[in-house]
Amino acid sequence: MKKLLSLLIAAAMLMGLSGCGDSASAEDEKREPTEEILESFGMDPELFSDYDYGRFYGKELTINVANWGEYLSMNDDEILDVNEVFEALTGITVNYKTYASNETLYSKLLSGGATYDIVIPSDYMISKMINEGMLRKLDFGNIPNIANIMPSFINPQYDPTNEYSVPYLWGMVCIIYNTKMVDGEIDSWSALWDENYAGDILMFNNPRDAFGIAQAYLGYSLNTEDFGELENCADLLREQKEIVQGYVMDEIFDKMEGGSAAIAPYYVGDAVTMCADNPDLEFVIPKEGTNWFVDAICVPTTADSEHIEAAEAYINFLCEPEIAFANCDYVGYSTPVTQAYELLDDEAKADERRYPSDEFLSEHTEVFINISEPANAYMQELWTGLKVGESNVWFVPLFLAALIAATIFVNVYRARKKKRDF
Amino acid sequence: MKASRALAIPYVVWVLIFTVVPLGLVVWFAMTDTDGKLTLDNIFAMSEYMSVLFRSILFAIVATIICLILAFPAAYIISRANKINQSTLIVLLMVPMWINFLLRTYAWMTLLEPNGLINKLFGIFGLGPYPLINNSGAVILGMVYNYLPFMILPLYSVMVKIDQSVVEAAQDLGSNKVRLVTKILLPLSMPGISTGIIAVFVPSVSTFIISRMLGGGTNDLIGDIIEMQFSGNSYNPHLGSAMALVLMIIVMFMMSLFNQFGSEEEVIL
Repeated sequence: MKKLLSLLIAAAMLMGLSGCGDSASAEDEKREPTEEILESFGMDPELFSDYDYGRFYGKELTINVANWGEYLSMNDDEILDVNEVFEALTGITVNYKTYASNETLYSKLLSGGATYDIVIPSDYMISKMINEGMLRKLDFGNIPNIANIMPSFINPQYDPTNEYSVPYLWGMVCIIYNTKMVDGEIDSWSALWDENYAGDILMFNNPRDAFGIAQAYLGYSLNTEDFGELENCADLLREQKEIVQGYVMDEIFDKMEGGSAAIAPYYVGDAVTMCADNPDLEFVIPKEGTNWFVDAICVPTTADSEHIEAAEAYINFLCEPEIAFANCDYVGYSTPVTQAYELLDDEAKADERRYPSDEFLSEHTEVFINISEPANAYMQELWTGLKVGESNVWFVPLFLAALIAATIFVNVYRARKKKRDF
Repeated sequence: MKASRALAIPYVVWVLIFTVVPLGLVVWFAMTDTDGKLTLDNIFAMSEYMSVLFRSILFAIVATIICLILAFPAAYIISRANKINQSTLIVLLMVPMWINFLLRTYAWMTLLEPNGLINKLFGIFGLGPYPLINNSGAVILGMVYNYLPFMILPLYSVMVKIDQSVVEAAQDLGSNKVRLVTKILLPLSMPGISTGIIAVFVPSVSTFIISRMLGGGTNDLIGDIIEMQFSGNSYNPHLGSAMALVLMIIVMFMMSLFNQFGSEEEVIL
């Protein structure tokens, strides 16, 4: 009996022991405390929220993130690798991809060729995607850091109820110019029409941005759907075509930094980078007002349902003060996260071009939203007319018919000739 | 016989999946609107872009002719060199092609910019700066530079088979240099010329990156407009497909016309 009892006890102890062993090994797998992880990356745990990032640990999740190129702090030994921190904190693998334009992202999502759990489109594309049911409503219970976002970025025009997006980075369109090539200071969009700089002016190579500048110059709404106003803008742009050196986008970097052009419109965040590389450059927000753009983080409806919570944790993570600071510091664009703004140096904070007052934003800037299909199509048509010139509707059918006729003629001619030869 | 046919199966499957199916999709997209209804509107809408299409064809023809003029003597010289020099010259010709196409075009940007190397060189002598970039000449230069090897290589491979004794025979019979070229070399290298023309013309007519980088957006080609329909602001894959289809048909007809003339000359021979 005693033996049996001791055997039972021994068995129980063994089970207990093994139980202990189990929990011990589970603890081994368990991640280190948040503080230690953060400190290992040189971050300050004090600045970090007490959000439970550990709850995904050991679940072997992967989230697919699509972002603009060069738009996240990573790939450099000197700086914080944001995705690496997230992976260490959560055990979630981040599969990071980049895209070059809102439309590329849109077509990828639409064709179903790629499944993303996180995307970061711009304002007007977000409103288009919301209208077309391509974005999923976020569960803000999982994103408590939304409280870090500056109040002027809540309920934006492109997402009026603020259910689909969390702002990531933002900025304004400015004029960047070379002080060695331009006399005096520039303060108006009229500089882009100044004939003194003929051949030294660059212009945006996409209709929405190019028309946006003409609209701001003429004092129209940047989201105008009035055909007459659009025509006036097109006339203005046609006038400018005579003195424009080229229509470009990313090439503005090379051309401005290398001193090949004197004046160009561009985004403030990139202008900051360019001015740092070439001290001759200076940028200014034109007095007529400008476009205020916001890129915001969204979850597409096509996202894998098992990844949603992890994706929301990622959104929350990007709104952590130090993470948002690292991103805005690396990219050069402005951050909408209050505590990240506090971390910036005084020079950046005081720079009205990077962090304008709320009054300035509401009085002098406008966010692009998705304009109606007919207005958008008309703008495209005017832009095409501007870039390539007009031509007749019957051109293509007639040209094709002529080609087909010529081919038939040649073939018949050859066949006859062959018959004669043999 | 059967075994050799079986060996072709992977290729046939490849072509089916990656060429025939996408081509079918292009046709399908070109003939439908966003709701999936059949329509010819896209083809008609294409007319707006006719001037760009003609410009593309014109640029491609000019680039092809320049390539031919440059490549013909080059290929002849290479083919007449001794064996070792031949392979050295061919390798030298190929070396630039080992560097990424985009990088090479970027290099041209650095050279041609108003503040670029060439203008700086002129600057030393107090000349310039000349507008070397952002014009049609720069675009054609980019095409010629990038596609010249595609003209030289087929010409060389044909010319290397022309027996030196044929050239000597012509000379012995009193043919001067002009007649040697027009009566002997040109006809004998016709197959190489027609391959080279196709190899240069087709990529030139559909390029978009060369015109974007060297034309500065002021000399848009049809490739730029098509690209804009797929990943640019004027997102409209249906119109883009219609453009691609029209371009493809035009190129096909032009090629077939050319081939007819080419083979006709052979008949005359």
